[in-house]
Amino acid sequence: MTMTTKTQPGHASPAKPRVHHPGLNLGPAHQESEDTREEMVFGFWVFMMSDLILFGLLFGTYVTMLGGTAGGPGPGELFELKSAFIETMLLLISSFTFGMASLALKYRNDRKVLVIWLLVTLLLGLGFLAHELYDFHKMFTEGGVPSRSGFLSSFFSLVPLHGLHVTGACIWLIAILGQIAVYGVDSFVKSSLLRLAILWHFLDIVWIGIFSLVYLGGIV
Amino acid sequence: MSDIWNFVFGRLGWDALPFWEAIKDPTTFNIINGVIAGGAAALVLLGALAVVVWITWAGKWRYLWTEWLTSPDHKKIGIMFIVIAMVMLSRAIIEAVFMRAQQAVGLDGGFLSPEHFGEFFTTHGTIMIFFMAMPFLTGIINYVMPLQIGARDLSFPIMNQISLGLTAAGAAIVMISLVLAPFSTGGWSGYPPYTELAYNPGAGVDYWIWAVTLSTLSSTLTGINFAVTIYKKRAPGMKLFRMPLFTWTALSTAILMIFGMPPLTVCTALLALDRYLDFHMFTSDLGGNMMNYVNLFWAFGHPEVYILILTPFGVYSEVFATFSGKRLYGYTLLVIATICIAFLSFTVWLHHFFTMGQSAAINAVFGIATMLIGIPTGVKVYDWMLTMYRGRIRLSAPMIYAVGFIMLFVIGGLTGIILATPSVDYQVHNSLFLIAHFHNMLIPGTLFGMLAATNFWFPKAFGFRLEKRWGRRAAYCWIIGFMLAFFPLYALGVLGMPRRSLTFFEPAYLPWTIAAGCGAIVILFAMLFLLIQLWVSVRDRHHNNVFAGDPWDGRSLEWATSSPPPEYNFPVIPEVFSRDAFMAEKEQGKAYQVPDEFPDIEMPANSAMGVIIAVTGTALAFGLTWYMWWLVVLSCVVTLVAVIARGYVRNTTRIIPGAEVRRTHLAWLEHIRCTTPVDRSKEQTSENRGLPVPPVEGAVQ
Amino acid sequence: MSHRQLSEQEAREKSSELRTYLWGFGLALVLTLIPFGLAAYTQMASGTLYIVIAVCAVIQIVVHFRFFLHITLAKNKREDLQLILFTVLILAIMVGGTLWILFNLYYRMMPDMLP
Repeated sequence: MTMTTKTQPGHASPAKPRVHHPGLNLGPAHQESEDTREEMVFGFWVFMMSDLILFGLLFGTYVTMLGGTAGGPGPGELFELKSAFIETMLLLISSFTFGMASLALKYRNDRKVLVIWLLVTLLLGLGFLAHELYDFHKMFTEGGVPSRSGFLSSFFSLVPLHGLHVTGACIWLIAILGQIAVYGVDSFVKSSLLRLAILWHFLDIVWIGIFSLVYLGGIV
Repeated sequence: MSDIWNFVFGRLGWDALPFWEAIKDPTTFNIINGVIAGGAAALVLLGALAVVVWITWAGKWRYLWTEWLTSPDHKKIGIMFIVIAMVMLSRAIIEAVFMRAQQAVGLDGGFLSPEHFGEFFTTHGTIMIFFMAMPFLTGIINYVMPLQIGARDLSFPIMNQISLGLTAAGAAIVMISLVLAPFSTGGWSGYPPYTELAYNPGAGVDYWIWAVTLSTLSSTLTGINFAVTIYKKRAPGMKLFRMPLFTWTALSTAILMIFGMPPLTVCTALLALDRYLDFHMFTSDLGGNMMNYVNLFWAFGHPEVYILILTPFGVYSEVFATFSGKRLYGYTLLVIATICIAFLSFTVWLHHFFTMGQSAAINAVFGIATMLIGIPTGVKVYDWMLTMYRGRIRLSAPMIYAVGFIMLFVIGGLTGIILATPSVDYQVHNSLFLIAHFHNMLIPGTLFGMLAATNFWFPKAFGFRLEKRWGRRAAYCWIIGFMLAFFPLYALGVLGMPRRSLTFFEPAYLPWTIAAGCGAIVILFAMLFLLIQLWVSVRDRHHNNVFAGDPWDGRSLEWATSSPPPEYNFPVIPEVFSRDAFMAEKEQGKAYQVPDEFPDIEMPANSAMGVIIAVTGTALAFGLTWYMWWLVVLSCVVTLVAVIARGYVRNTTRIIPGAEVRRTHLAWLEHIRCTTPVDRSKEQTSENRGLPVPPVEGAVQ
Repeated sequence: MSHRQLSEQEAREKSSELRTYLWGFGLALVLTLIPFGLAAYTQMASGTLYIVIAVCAVIQIVVHFRFFLHITLAKNKREDLQLILFTVLILAIMVGGTLWILFNLYYRMMPDMLP
């Protein structure tokens, strides 16, 4: 073990091939603190994976509770194809607009375009939440309350948890917009946006599971 | 007026006082229980008060704040985790002594009330798992792992602080429950429907849910932190197969934490929804299914116990190699065995509920999977024995624990294979046979491992060795005490005594419960000896000073620093060319070199995030437990604001000038030049100043 | 901030990445319209329909990972792919195990819970 000189904590020596993160390789224009960013993004991926287990188990629980309607309303009575479709489109388009925001971040260094795409994404996300809340309200009026049966309880543990995550993502997005206003698009902001992108797409992936298994699976 | 009281204090009332029963209905029985409970509450309050008074009298508040509570340093955070663990260990051992005492006199009666006994076995289990063993191993890995891989800190130091804050909050809640009672009586596993509102509407189960949730969140974040650190912050040249085995087990433990904690988060959250929002996930009516709780709980529970055992396996690997003066035997096989154990631990959880009613085919599959885990574990035992074989063994305190572990753990493992057979398990499930088995794994396995780790790395952390005679006495007491307290339980289990039994009516149990009670007393003395050891060691710290940093002739990189190491661990990140990196250096005569340059070092800046989360976490859990909704909202808001505000912080690092690094390093090297090296026969004497004689050419390595 | 001038290589990379997002969106849209459309407008047998929905969902998830999250089989992206695959394995064991165990238990112990 020879004492070689290194400037930053835990840095790889120049000879070691750099493993860049997929899609997050912001390229030569964004070199500063590349390594710390890579670590944070990887750490966030790991966190997403533990979150995936959480959702997966709730999905599994939901399937096992399909029989627990206890004489109360079931999926056929409560779920609507149209509202599930609207929510799906809102989220899918928001994933696309976030992709556009990521592109703006990587290639334009132009704050205005980035902020516009982010705001559109935010509006779509908030729209999704508003529609979902309206949907739940409608279910309540039809007797679809969680205290009615095990089936409804498991529905209301799975779907609102997703909604809670979307809410968190929207709050994070607003916080980042605030940081852009104060600091401009500095390296902390870029790191945050990369991680939020992962969260946003991940939430759309979970929604694919929800609309397929819960809504379509229930209505069919 | 009472409306305001209800709003501010929720459902907190006079009946939360632990001796309320004794006041309301003063029978002798109630008074005895009231005195015990009241005494415990008094201890908590007096203990807290004593700590506050001592810090004030010593004028150390500022020091405590800047050097410890807001520090992002993995070494400080590790020590704080271990302090929490030691305090909670003391409490949980006392609880065990009470339970053993009750069962020793428990024929046809006893002195504890059923509720009190229920709280005892619940808090004992909950504390030992979530607030003793988890913080202990988290603390040890926190301290040692970055040093072993040649890093300056974990990947996410502030998240590390937050993990500590969450665990501290959970521990605080459990301690508060002694003063504002009751705690849950549902066991550490909290099975519904007993823990549902219908059967347990009080605060007890809610205390349990939130304490456990805080601990679970803490461990999930810790797992992420450890895994990313090991993947991304290893020193150049330290490929995966050059890492010390302790780091390998730390990585496996981290993976188990990341993937094994979510099932617990799910089942406790769903139980909370049942209790707070009238959901029916696990209720006995309206379509609830309590069997899924058991399924989810053990999908967590089994990886959990492998978290608890893999880290000690790593510790033992280091201890056996170091105190046999030999390279670890079968490194590659040990790594593969570790990975196999970690993976297989996700496939066996059903063996915790063989008797729940599923078919024999399912039971058989999981039973076979359970037995399979014994194979890699056996490989490890043989590798450790072969490490010792033909080595020059020094029976230090860590080695006593390690040798005791090998013998006792194998016995416990065999009883595990017995339990893995569903048809046998049907006879002894939830009997004291099971209790004996898992304590047989946890005490010689986890606890001895943690105590061995403490004795092994304490000199590195604090600069002086722990006193050897009290250390040995404690180790032998633990071994004897454990055997006396738990081997009778195997007999009791086979004789038919169920677990968690307040009292019994079969006189044949009595000699065994009395013997077990005596064992508990011996364990109490073992704990006492540990505390005496600490006291004497601090008193004699100048005698046993080992600032040079290598008191045991260590093999891995953590021994290549001073004792204690500087904040930044290494003046310059080392480059690694083999396993046992430091021993390789010593063999080549290349240890303790002076680097060409001393660049400035960037370290993470202090932050109050950990403290904030500890406070809001405690407040949130307390508010939820006692239905103080204003406190719930307030703590959520403060947490959210703190997290968002953290995002606006831009000064997240500080620079340590290269000149200072150079000064510190050269001073240490100068100290080493003036230190007399000792050979291994003198390592337990005060002649050992932390510098061993270089390895002799041709010695068995 | 001003509009930055892109080099030729960057411009090419950018349009390639834009195409990735557009493809991803397009595929995802189709894979959404198919199951919703079939459920809303046809009288397909429910067994077959379940399979179509499931297949579309799995493919759309892969589309999201590939086109939006940029997880490919390339060497430098291996780490993330391995992490995701390992998680899927653990999920399969836990969720698959849960379903197997609980439905077996329902059959033997709580037949009212069978859907």
